[in-house]
Amino acid sequence: MRAVLLGPWLRAGTGPRPHPATPHRAPHRALRAAPTAPNTACDSQQRLPAAGRDLPALKQKVSVEVLDHLEQLALVDFRDSEGVERLQKAIQFADQLHEVNTDGVEPMDSVLEDRCLYLREDDVTEGNCTKELLENAREKVEEYFVAPPGNIPLPKLEERETFLQGSK
Amino acid sequence: MAAAVAMAARGCGGVWRRARQRGAGQPGPGPGPFPRGQRAVACNARGGAVPAGKSGLVPWVPVVGLEIHAQISSNSKLFSGSQVQFAAPPNSLVSFFDASLPGTLPVLNRRCVEAAVMTGLALNCSINKKSLFDRKHYFYADLPAGYQITQQRVPIAVNGSLSYSLCIDNKMSQMVTKTVRIKQIQLEQDSGKSLHDDTRSQTLVDLNRAGVGLMEVVMEPDMCCGEEAAAAVRELQLILQTLGSSQAVMAEGQLRVDANVSVHHPGEPYGVRTEVKNINSIRFLAKAIDYEIQRQIEELENGGTILNETRAFDSKLGCTVPMRDKEGKQDYRFMPEPNLPPLILYDAKSLPANMNHQQVINIDWIHERLPDLPSVKRKKLVEQYGILPEHSFTLLNEDGLAEFFESVVKQTQMKPKKVIGWILKDLLSYLKQHSLTVKESPVSSFLLADLLNLLEKKEISSPAAKQVFMELWKGEGKTPLEIVKEQKLGLLQDQKELEQICQAVIDGQENEVMAIKAGNQKVLNKLIGLVQKKTEGRSNPVLVKQLLEKKLSE
Repeated sequence: MRAVLLGPWLRAGTGPRPHPATPHRAPHRALRAAPTAPNTACDSQQRLPAAGRDLPALKQKVSVEVLDHLEQLALVDFRDSEGVERLQKAIQFADQLHEVNTDGVEPMDSVLEDRCLYLREDDVTEGNCTKELLENAREKVEEYFVAPPGNIPLPKLEERETFLQGSK
Repeated sequence: MAAAVAMAARGCGGVWRRARQRGAGQPGPGPGPFPRGQRAVACNARGGAVPAGKSGLVPWVPVVGLEIHAQISSNSKLFSGSQVQFAAPPNSLVSFFDASLPGTLPVLNRRCVEAAVMTGLALNCSINKKSLFDRKHYFYADLPAGYQITQQRVPIAVNGSLSYSLCIDNKMSQMVTKTVRIKQIQLEQDSGKSLHDDTRSQTLVDLNRAGVGLMEVVMEPDMCCGEEAAAAVRELQLILQTLGSSQAVMAEGQLRVDANVSVHHPGEPYGVRTEVKNINSIRFLAKAIDYEIQRQIEELENGGTILNETRAFDSKLGCTVPMRDKEGKQDYRFMPEPNLPPLILYDAKSLPANMNHQQVINIDWIHERLPDLPSVKRKKLVEQYGILPEHSFTLLNEDGLAEFFESVVKQTQMKPKKVIGWILKDLLSYLKQHSLTVKESPVSSFLLADLLNLLEKKEISSPAAKQVFMELWKGEGKTPLEIVKEQKLGLLQDQKELEQICQAVIDGQENEVMAIKAGNQKVLNKLIGLVQKKTEGRSNPVLVKQLLEKKLSE
């Protein structure tokens, strides 16, 4: 028995994803978390539940440390205060889930969870496509992919130019 | 019951003391904190904390836990159909899924699940009939997807145990059995391989290994020193090889061990632990753990603190060093793997009626077909052949040696208890000297049995047999009998001739004869020696003694 209401989810769309019309720049170090202004403000307004009620207030604002941590973990660049606003709205939006009473209901991982997990026979059926795979690589050395010497850590908070640029 | 097992398994209570200071009566290891080739202080294998002793030092209790990754022995990878093979041209055994190209999905390999179930059963685990897959996120060049599919929430097997044996005091004669609890076994993907090119400041990535199935065996921190950890891993290795679920060869990366080490005073909470990686052999495992324990004790006794860090073992220097490239505490952001529904396993009772056979894994079916585990094999060897337990350990420790032994026993009249001596002392030491495996032995079980038969029938003496063995080792294709004839090693069979020689010796040693007749029996040995010399070693000493005694009493 599932008590989750699907209605608001379907109407609201898929949440804070980049607008499909935004050109995809090849990600260097970070992925833009949101499309460029000015459309965004209107978009997020349109995605609120049709009931039009206010989102529940955030219990606490997202701190700078958390933002920094998120940027490190997911290599996402929040870039400016609007990006942070969008994140906070997204969290508020998701917090609506807490309004649903799930006592005694098993958490669901995926709508496929009652499907049978298909078991494959242990036969070699793939591989041997080195050339094709390496076609995607910008740099290669004798059939190896080339990567930087190690993970390049993001510069510390103080040293970063782009972090929360517009929010000062 | 579980509590009792936990109590019994609670490490060896081994206590380490600062190597420099020595309490009265404690065996001294020598100067310097890290004596070469010798552990500073032996673990107290009898269990229980050792009292501080006269020097008043507070003892330390080391705690060792192991995380072991065993590569599953299968034709194809865990979630894709590319081949599993050790050495192959770079990136030739990589499918689109392994390279994490968009649009690919994981498809679980049945054989990998069976391997994990077998291993779980062999380690006395409860098999979870429903287990789940999760994603563990971190960034590294050899992990193209940016996450590893593993089983963090509900692994395939939990709560098992592994029994292993140790020799106390380096003597093979006293063995003690210990147990370490197995927390869980989980299925997960292996990552690719990174080759660091420091000169050009780049890393070369080979994804052949990416996606290969691994069984992660997590052991509870029930061990207290390098020796225990090494023994436990060796036993696990033997079990995996017997099951066939993994070939577990450390040198080829099929068995990787990380050690978690900490020290604390008895009665106090556990200390901060460090993780030690980059251990390439069982010998180095023991060394690395012992070094790390010492290092931590030294650090703490000098007023320092232990950082919760990851350290790498440097086998050349014999020490652990902090690993760079560890960005603080990792947050893996575990989440359920959305592309895989739960893994459901069945047993005889829950077997569904209408399902396709190929899609069903029956735990009971697998259990019935488990081969004899090493501990069972050893017991059978001891019972069947009357050899000592420590012999059975050595037999199983060497690949093929137990089969060789049994083959010789079948082909000879010599008692197994005597045969084992030849196998373990003569054959094995020759093999070791020449760095050969049993399979490569120039002396086959047939030839050895032949030789032992000659010995048993008293056609040659024991020293002569050793000589023949040495000759057989050259592998020139001669049979033992041929060698005996060639080198005239056969025992004199002519009783008359032997009697004549004995008489001649008696006649020539008047003084000795008088001494013997006066009651000094030891001098008889000298006479026996003289007979041996005259016969060029071809006389049976027992027979000679009898003849001499008979003559002297006349």
